[in-house]
Amino acid sequence: MPTNGEHPVVHVLWINAGLSCDGDSVALTAAMQPSIEDIVLGVLPGLPKVVFHWPLIDYQNGEEFMEWFWMASRGQLEPFVLVVEGSIPNEQIKSEGYWTGFGNDPKTGQPVTVNEWLDKLAPYATAIVAAGTCATYGGIHAMEGNPTGAMGVPDYLGWSWKSKAGLPVVCVPGCPIQPDNLSETLLYLLNQVAGNAPMIPLDENLRPRWLFDLTVHEGCDRAGFYEQGQFTKEYGTVECLVKIGCWGPVVKCNVPKRGWMAGIGGCPNVGGICIGCTMPGFPDMFMPFMDEPPGAKISSRTVAIYGGLIRSLRSMTLHTVDKETKWRHRGPALTTGYRPTW
Amino acid sequence: MTMPSQGPSGKLVEMNWDPITRIVGSLGIYTKIDFEKRKVAECKSTSSIFRGYSVFMKGKDPRDSHFITSRICGICGDNHATCSCYTQNMAYGVKPPHLAEWIVNLGEAAEYMFDHNIFQENLVCVDFCEKMVKETNPGVWERAAKTEAPHAAEHGYRTIGDIMKAVNPIEGDFYREALMMSRLTREMFCLMEGRHVHPSTLYPGGVGTVATVQLFSDYTTRLMRYIDFLKRVVPLHDDLFDFFYQALPGYHEVGQRRILLGCWGSFQDPEVCNFRYADMTNWGRAMFVTPGIIVDGKLVTNDLVQINLGIRILLGSSYYSDWQTDEKFVTHDPLGNPVDGRHPWNQTTIPMPQKRDFDEKYSWVMSPRWYDGKNHLALDTGGGPIARLWSTALSGLVDIGYIKATGKSVVINLPRSASKPEARFEWKIPKWSNTIERDRARSYFQAYAAACALHFVDKALQELRAGRDKTWESFKVPKDAIGCGFTEAVRGVLSHHMVIRGGKIANYHPYPPTPWNASPRDSFGTPGPYEDAIQGQPIFEENPPDKFKGIDIMRTVRSFDPCLPCGVHIYAGGRVIEQVHSPFHFEEKQR
Ligand code: SF4
Ligand code: SF4
Repeated sequence: MPTNGEHPVVHVLWINAGLSCDGDSVALTAAMQPSIEDIVLGVLPGLPKVVFHWPLIDYQNGEEFMEWFWMASRGQLEPFVLVVEGSIPNEQIKSEGYWTGFGNDPKTGQPVTVNEWLDKLAPYATAIVAAGTCATYGGIHAMEGNPTGAMGVPDYLGWSWKSKAGLPVVCVPGCPIQPDNLSETLLYLLNQVAGNAPMIPLDENLRPRWLFDLTVHEGCDRAGFYEQGQFTKEYGTVECLVKIGCWGPVVKCNVPKRGWMAGIGGCPNVGGICIGCTMPGFPDMFMPFMDEPPGAKISSRTVAIYGGLIRSLRSMTLHTVDKETKWRHRGPALTTGYRPTW
Repeated sequence: MTMPSQGPSGKLVEMNWDPITRIVGSLGIYTKIDFEKRKVAECKSTSSIFRGYSVFMKGKDPRDSHFITSRICGICGDNHATCSCYTQNMAYGVKPPHLAEWIVNLGEAAEYMFDHNIFQENLVCVDFCEKMVKETNPGVWERAAKTEAPHAAEHGYRTIGDIMKAVNPIEGDFYREALMMSRLTREMFCLMEGRHVHPSTLYPGGVGTVATVQLFSDYTTRLMRYIDFLKRVVPLHDDLFDFFYQALPGYHEVGQRRILLGCWGSFQDPEVCNFRYADMTNWGRAMFVTPGIIVDGKLVTNDLVQINLGIRILLGSSYYSDWQTDEKFVTHDPLGNPVDGRHPWNQTTIPMPQKRDFDEKYSWVMSPRWYDGKNHLALDTGGGPIARLWSTALSGLVDIGYIKATGKSVVINLPRSASKPEARFEWKIPKWSNTIERDRARSYFQAYAAACALHFVDKALQELRAGRDKTWESFKVPKDAIGCGFTEAVRGVLSHHMVIRGGKIANYHPYPPTPWNASPRDSFGTPGPYEDAIQGQPIFEENPPDKFKGIDIMRTVRSFDPCLPCGVHIYAGGRVIEQVHSPFHFEEKQR
């Protein structure tokens, strides 16, 4: 095993072939705190040597590239962190073919499905990171009426799954992921693998606590308008967006506070409604996105006087949207509402 | 290792690369190579992911469509969101305030700058870097190290070899500088559209972006830093690419195919565009990148209505069941022209997962074609820039000071910046539609987008200073309506077609560039553009089959800027004499 001083080399194996848009890979190239160069060049103190096997920028191609995954599946790559991007389709709902493949099976010449890769790699991974809302909870491709039966990595592996090092699936949601939220979580895990950090603190939906504990609303710079009861009916103004579709009060996400890149951009802070893209209930429970969220009516009218009551009403809504829809599951039945033609 | 046995017309070695990295999405390449003739014998193209947008969008609120379709692509999702808003604007009959359109144009310009930059320097150029060239063509490397770079004064690298070193992955200083620039341009993007890559502030009717003086200052200061950088980028790539033509005579044949280019136009002019279908010919021609179809170097049409009516979706070798073409959603367009049953407005997507069989069905990608009245043309986008510049040049309509289309070329004027004086770049229509020219155009188009952005900032500030700071117009969703939108995704043509029935989406079909470029053989047996460009291309790599990296093939594939969240595989069929699963792990196998 290659080593760097006392620390082993940590391999990061990245599967971008879930049902995804690759937006989370692209997001990682945007991250600056830390950047991918910082991690690869090892410029942060205490960081172990890291080797990425990441389709988006890898020098290698084809089986030269895939060989790392095969080695890992035989237990010959140690330690490694597996990053999964994209939702996991249900390959059991049909008799032939594949929804998504990653490399080929040398025996059959057919694509190896992402599901098979998860089965092969999960037992050996020190940690699995689900990057982006598709991988964490199913996301957009798991919308009602979808034909693939898509689900998140924890739905596939089981919510109580633990890696051999005792880590649950680490979920970093976001559609796409906020760039620094991903690179920072990777940094934490690499430090944990190197023995520099204790167990990563995760909440009940397996999100890093320090990133996802607060709601959008709690970090929104328009909350002053909310408090003053100034709700816009039009896009493009500076006031609170709740009447035109902002779900900020019940969504866990740090984007309005952190901005999108270098503090720039975001959602409600820059005039975009929060559509709940980090949430297990995304997208169905937030659609139609441009309508006022149900429940916003009372809460925005009475906010000043009944702060405490509002908080408890809100936690009820939060409870609903913080749960996935019921059709994201394994098994031979497709329950999304789509009637298969195959 | 034994040499491949002798076939009737030479030795064919089957080779595949799956996945192809340094693109967006999962792409695999399956080739059969005639090492004696140093040519690729045959090639097929297939995709490995199905997600089913057109399926699950049915019955949803039409106002959700830009949020949903943005998620089709993780590097140019905003192009989808923009195209969807155009489509919705048409369907709802709403015209956004001018300022909103300038803001969208500024966001989209930043997207081109970001995406072409990161793709070119961090993904494509690795195929031209020191490390790679040493491994594939040591002779070329030796020559590069000795060849003076003609534009050294502009970009600061004395020899071609120095340029190649500068683009080595992560270690190269230009590689890292470009990656930093790709963040700066994404910040510009976020200023206008909120979040990269799925925007938060785009809506039908306009944008949620709050237009202030600060917004445009923040954008312009970054734009000028990027322009300073570009003044090195364009000459640097000219030097690098020209060197390949010199060092490897015949390199123009790599990735060359018949000139069959499509461009759907980009950047609306709010002074002309009202999003009404009936006026589409007019506002299409007013776009700041002119739409056009180019066949054998001639402009066939720049009329978006004609372009729209000619689109056909063929299934051919893809994993879908055909739909009933007689039950149409849209029989006639709003001008009264008949709409074909294979047009996206009338398409139904019916997935049929099955085993991959290269003699039958082998792809999740359908085959969009453009029907010229006689043939179903397999247009390509050349990765976007080459088709955009070619189309704009030929039409000769764009003339905004910063840019002038001359009929033969496009002239780009950039103002003085921190470390460089004013610069004038001229992109001239090339002799070939090939790998090198696709890549070269990508550098020039970054300058084009930056020059357009300067114009858009001027225009936006005029609006703001005149007190017209509204960025959104209200609308009602009609019970029944149709809409279409056309723009250029970063890597080429993008269209969205929507049908609304009973206030809900009855049909929605987006056609991004990758299906055009990556399509498999269609129902007439016509290969898709990747297949076509790779098939028959010469091989210049010096490595023998057991060490073969397929670099010339990789360069061709990447010249199209594959963006495959819908995954593509390329396979070379024909007589299989020897199968090599991997150029890295050579093994013999008879089939
Ligand atoms: S815009 Fe959204 S997050 Fe911000 S204050 Fe209003 S409701 Fe809360
Ligand atoms: S603020 Fe809302 S829409 Fe924006 S990133 Fe967070 S969860 Fe997603």
